[in-house]
Amino acid sequence: MASKSQRVLPGFGLALGYTLVYLSLLILLPLGGMVLRTAELGFGQVMDIALSERSLAAFRVTFGASLLAAMINAFFGLIVAWVLVRYPFPGKRFVDALVDLPFALPTAVAGITLATLYAGNGWLGRYIEPLGFKVAYTPWGIVVALTFITLPFVVRTLQPVIEDIEIEVEEAAASLGASRWLTFRRIIFPAISPALLTGFALAFARAVGEYGSVIFIAGNLPLISEITPLLIISKLEQYDVLGATSLAVVMLALSFILLLCVNVLQWWTANRHKNAEPLEVAAGRAGGAQ
Amino acid sequence: MKSNRSTQEPRWVRYGLTTIGLGFLFFFLGLPLVAVFVEALAQGVPVYVEALREPETRSAIGLTVGIALAVLPFNIVFGVAAAWAIAKFDFRGKSLLITLIDLPFAVSPVVAGLIFILLFGAQGTFGPWLAEHDLKIVFAVPGMILATMFITFPFIARELIPLMQSQGKEEEEAAVSLGASGWQMFWRVTLPNIKWGLLYGVILSNARAMGEFGAVSVVSGHIRGETNTLPLHVEILYNEYNAIGAFAAASILALLALVTLVAKTIVEWRMKKETEMLNTVLAPEKTQ
Repeated sequence: MASKSQRVLPGFGLALGYTLVYLSLLILLPLGGMVLRTAELGFGQVMDIALSERSLAAFRVTFGASLLAAMINAFFGLIVAWVLVRYPFPGKRFVDALVDLPFALPTAVAGITLATLYAGNGWLGRYIEPLGFKVAYTPWGIVVALTFITLPFVVRTLQPVIEDIEIEVEEAAASLGASRWLTFRRIIFPAISPALLTGFALAFARAVGEYGSVIFIAGNLPLISEITPLLIISKLEQYDVLGATSLAVVMLALSFILLLCVNVLQWWTANRHKNAEPLEVAAGRAGGAQ
Repeated sequence: MKSNRSTQEPRWVRYGLTTIGLGFLFFFLGLPLVAVFVEALAQGVPVYVEALREPETRSAIGLTVGIALAVLPFNIVFGVAAAWAIAKFDFRGKSLLITLIDLPFAVSPVVAGLIFILLFGAQGTFGPWLAEHDLKIVFAVPGMILATMFITFPFIARELIPLMQSQGKEEEEAAVSLGASGWQMFWRVTLPNIKWGLLYGVILSNARAMGEFGAVSVVSGHIRGETNTLPLHVEILYNEYNAIGAFAAASILALLALVTLVAKTIVEWRMKKETEMLNTVLAPEKTQ
């Protein structure tokens, strides 16, 4: 069947050929070239650059702030997605469309706006700073910018999954005596956790590479609030191309390892889910545990 | 909504969650969006209009639109070609290919700019050759186009692949077996089927192309009036403490974002309606 229809429809060779050539020229060869460039330096020297005090501090700030932002979004994103799917309220369609704003708004605009809002005389800063908590021009500013930039990921991966939950399963759990909270913990949360994890990972991956929004609000002090992408650029501006390349390659490797972990984790949850007991049985168990 | 009490949270939980969710969105989305326009208009409409009429701002708008238009045909052709090969045919290494198409999402924009410096910069692989022939790619518009192409590479393909997979290949096979040529089949059957999905991808990729900052910043060289896109111009004005100018330029980009959201919502609505129509047309046939 497959081989027969392959002969029926035209354009396979042309389409695949073009795809592969374009992909190689624009993406694979330039990225490969960058990795090869570090070969000029050798592994030891690349590691020396990546493990210098300033680089390590930048990695810590970048990955720490990204992790925090992704966690904030996982928590609030779950609530937002749940509210958007399950509860009626006026202006819902407007709010739903607004969730995509960070994807549509250029990062530089987000950066200067958030910096202005959280600065000492800004709309939010003037209430926050008297409490002894500075956001703008500190690492907390980075967390705020990254939270904004990655906000849609968790909401958008969760929404279709929450819509697909069959209400009958929840009814079964309730009729067997499970409380709403128990049903959430034992039925709903396991069903949506792979999507939650995916959204978290996408947000984290995007946050690690972010540059435009962060530099305006971070303060950019070396060792304290300097992110890795900014360090790459400042090395480049000092004509330290090899230093910039080394950092970029290490960062690329770290992102790939992370994505790989997430893929493995997802594959594992999907498989476990597939072999797991039917939801009705789980519903019964949740009720019985009451 | 289903008003079954057994699957409803208590009222205080519902109100509490709604308040927390909407409050979060208000502080992180609503407030910044309003602030852009308030800051831009802080000294009145005449000052705002004056800021927009500055020649450098206008040339930045022109370059931003120009780069977005230059990138678009590449993304459309690649998106359609990749989706055609992946959705309609079976071959080995397909999932690897899909992963590779997503690759630019995992690469920091700064790194995306850096790789083109390494290829075409003064000390780059092709640097000496380009200098000999008096060609300039990096720190000039071609490099900015390349970096934008890299960043927006996956957008259209990602929209089209699942769409074309779900549509199957029966309609195209019918057209071909009735004697349509490859191009006739494409223009009369495939394109009408994917037009909303294609438009959706174009909207997303265009928003990213016009708003891209990191990648373009690395390869632009920051030459005022020449390699300044609107997002880069926002940065320059902001760093010169010209808040009105920066927010005026930013307000144009924010308007663009709002147009993007509206267009996206309309296309989503059309796509949903079309699938619903298809389902109601097909439903009676199934029961026969």
